Amino acid sequence: MADTAPESDQASPQGEETRRDFLILAAGAMSAMAAIGVAWPLIETMNPSADVLALSSTEVDISEIEVGQSVTVKWRGKPVFIRRRTQEEIDAARAVPLDDLSDPESDEARVQQAEWLILVGVCTHLGCIPLGNKIGDPRGDFGGWFCPCHGSHYDTSGRIRVGPAPNNLAVPEYEFLDDTLVRIG
Amino acid sequence: MRAQLFAIAATLGLVFAGIGNAVAAGSAAEPPDHEWQHTGVFGTFDRGELQRGFQVFQEVCASCHSLDFIAFRNLLDIGFDVDQIKAIAAEYEVEDGPDNEGEMFMRTAKGSDYFPAPFANPQAARASNGGAFPPDLSVIVKARDGGLNYLYGILTGYEEEAPEGFELAEGMNYNHYFPGHQIAMPEPLYEEAVEYADGTEPTLEQLAHDVSVFLAWTAEPELEIRKKTGLKVLIFIAIFTALIYIIKRRVWAKLH
Amino acid sequence: MTTPLHRYRIVQWIDYRLPIFSWTNEHLVEYPAPRNLNYWWNFGSLAGIMLVVQIITGIILAMHYTPHVDYAFNSTEHIMRDVEWGWMMRYLHANGASMFFVVVYIHIFRGFYYGSYKSPREILWWMGVLILFLMMGSSFLGYVLPWGQMSFWAATVITNLISAIPWIGETLVQWLWGGFSVANPTLNRFFSLHYLLPFLLCAVVFIHLWALHHRKSNNPLGIDVKSPKDTIPFSPYYTVKDLVGLGVMFFVLAIFVFYLPNFLGESINYIKADPLVTPPHIVPEWYFLPYYAILRAVPDKLGGVIAMVASIAILFVLPWLDTSKVRSARFRPIYKQFFWIFLADCFVLGWVGANPVEGSFILIGRIATVYYFAHFLIILPLLGKFERTKPLPESIHQAVLAKKGGADASGAPPDSSAGSSPGGAA
Repeated sequence: MADTAPESDQASPQGEETRRDFLILAAGAMSAMAAIGVAWPLIETMNPSADVLALSSTEVDISEIEVGQSVTVKWRGKPVFIRRRTQEEIDAARAVPLDDLSDPESDEARVQQAEWLILVGVCTHLGCIPLGNKIGDPRGDFGGWFCPCHGSHYDTSGRIRVGPAPNNLAVPEYEFLDDTLVRIG
Repeated sequence: MRAQLFAIAATLGLVFAGIGNAVAAGSAAEPPDHEWQHTGVFGTFDRGELQRGFQVFQEVCASCHSLDFIAFRNLLDIGFDVDQIKAIAAEYEVEDGPDNEGEMFMRTAKGSDYFPAPFANPQAARASNGGAFPPDLSVIVKARDGGLNYLYGILTGYEEEAPEGFELAEGMNYNHYFPGHQIAMPEPLYEEAVEYADGTEPTLEQLAHDVSVFLAWTAEPELEIRKKTGLKVLIFIAIFTALIYIIKRRVWAKLH
Repeated sequence: MTTPLHRYRIVQWIDYRLPIFSWTNEHLVEYPAPRNLNYWWNFGSLAGIMLVVQIITGIILAMHYTPHVDYAFNSTEHIMRDVEWGWMMRYLHANGASMFFVVVYIHIFRGFYYGSYKSPREILWWMGVLILFLMMGSSFLGYVLPWGQMSFWAATVITNLISAIPWIGETLVQWLWGGFSVANPTLNRFFSLHYLLPFLLCAVVFIHLWALHHRKSNNPLGIDVKSPKDTIPFSPYYTVKDLVGLGVMFFVLAIFVFYLPNFLGESINYIKADPLVTPPHIVPEWYFLPYYAILRAVPDKLGGVIAMVASIAILFVLPWLDTSKVRSARFRPIYKQFFWIFLADCFVLGWVGANPVEGSFILIGRIATVYYFAHFLIILPLLGKFERTKPLPESIHQAVLAKKGGADASGAPPDSSAGSSPGGAA
């Protein structure tokens, strides 16, 4: 630049230069630390807050669900499907060879009591709620659930059989507190 | 320029002090300074004081005052473990619902529930307390000029009888440190008002101290992490600024 | 214009289409700044940084805050207790507002002292005054959001100022409230506007900087840049000098955020807003205290409001009220005295503003208010006519060399081999 005073750094002694290089390096390293130190809490503020995390379990009374019936309850803002399966549905789920599944999982591994199937009712494709819990809903080609958004079919164990969804419907953590009460989460 | 800086800093200091005093000056006596462990740069809460203070709150204050912003799960911070918290929560009932019939119902409290308020609404609270409204205590330490010392002063500043010539209204009590000296709350604490679980002797001073510390925590549960973070941040900035200053000197030294 | 980065093809490619590299180089690297800027010139950059801090922390807070009368107070406590680092974000934002004002007030008084508002920087100065107005609006709106007692009553009192306007005042206030009192519609729109104003601020700051970079910075001598020898490139000289100030500022801010987070606040604002009970002692935040004192010094509703607005609006015409041809107070011995008296007067106003209107405060407040306006309307115009100023130096370059006590103050380029003179920069 022509319009500023010329600098005069031609003849600095060698030691001077290295000392400054070190200082600049140290300042650069500290700036990087500072940037991370500032960014980290900013990012963390968007995590689930303590009150949200504390609400992560819900208790459901299942005494009034008939065989063959399904109910939807809300857990962590999402629907949880609880289906009291008929014997045919259980048999159908257990008869499928694992090789036929794109996300192989045995039905036994997905339930604690064969009669009760408990699933997070969110399609693993892009998060829509599959149909099949209400009477008259389409249940898809495999008698389980059918996601209307992009046509994923789930079977009576909630496993993906046809369609774009990559995984089976998730099984939440749950515990039977007694014969009529189940705690989800 | 340095002299100017000093002059300005001094003026600023004086003005701030002036503002502080002006704001703090109420119509009542200034409560005396009491010893606190958690104030000061490195101070942390004493878990024993906190837990005893919680006991005082539960057994005395909670019959009239709510604690809206504290959930049972928060007690983890004052040294209770998960099972103790479950047991504490189980002593309370909270409203939940609606159930399948559309009715609200009462159930045992869980860790995620907040302390149930003693009264359903401010009107009910007034009706039960002779027209006076017992304020929520969650942030009371931050919400009063004088903070902790004021709170401690109120709790220990009751007088059996108003001084000669002081007109005390019906149902009011005399307190040294309450603005106007007439307070609707009857003396809440007295010797042995609570039998401490840990065997500490429950003198009036001890009770007032412990419950004040507990309420300091409910007002500022972030106090310990805040000061710890602050120390790291200040040290970091100090070193960084010193470094930059040295670089600045060297960069500018090149100029003729 | 080429920069060291232009040796990269990709940089050339982008710069040919969108000259961001040239532009950055022109304004942040090679920008020729007077070589004698002192640390008081840090405060412009610092104010810019504070605006960024406020916007970032504010966006985070807005993610967790609920602008509804039933939830505003609770969601603020939710931020303090449940949101990760929420307490830090809120305390940074609340104390950051104070820091922003400290920095901007110093920046303004630096302008007073060195005559930075004089020709050809009048529009630059106007933009600055506009920034101050926007900051005041923004901080007031923000103070309402936690919905404590002081939030509510500050909103009530300040919006009621508008009712002083004859004939349309009442209608205007109801329009502003969206009702017959400060209530939920008010809180909602205040939140919306509080989010909007900082972006308007950014726009005005941009124009402020545009004007600055067009006519270039003033300097402690207040004389014009005459030759390239009077300037040095912004980088690295002023970037590193600004960084020093930045470190000091954040150190002070950190002390408040981590150790005295509520020192500048009002305890009463931790009581939820109650439209039926006015707190006994209403005071604004410290940065409004001088204006508040002026408002209360005038024993008439409309008059008080006019005086308060005029106390800032008068800055718009300051470049013409100050008739002196000399910019810097260094060469104006009498103005220099009046500068300090004026600064003290502002502190007195602040002190009066913090105290109730009673006793001697009334008289002190009135005298200080009269002096405030007399400074602009009488002292400054007359000083320019009668003050005998000291002789100005030939050039910045010569003055700097003379001050360093170098043997060659005559202006001949000195030998540059003495790269590390122990004196260093002053």
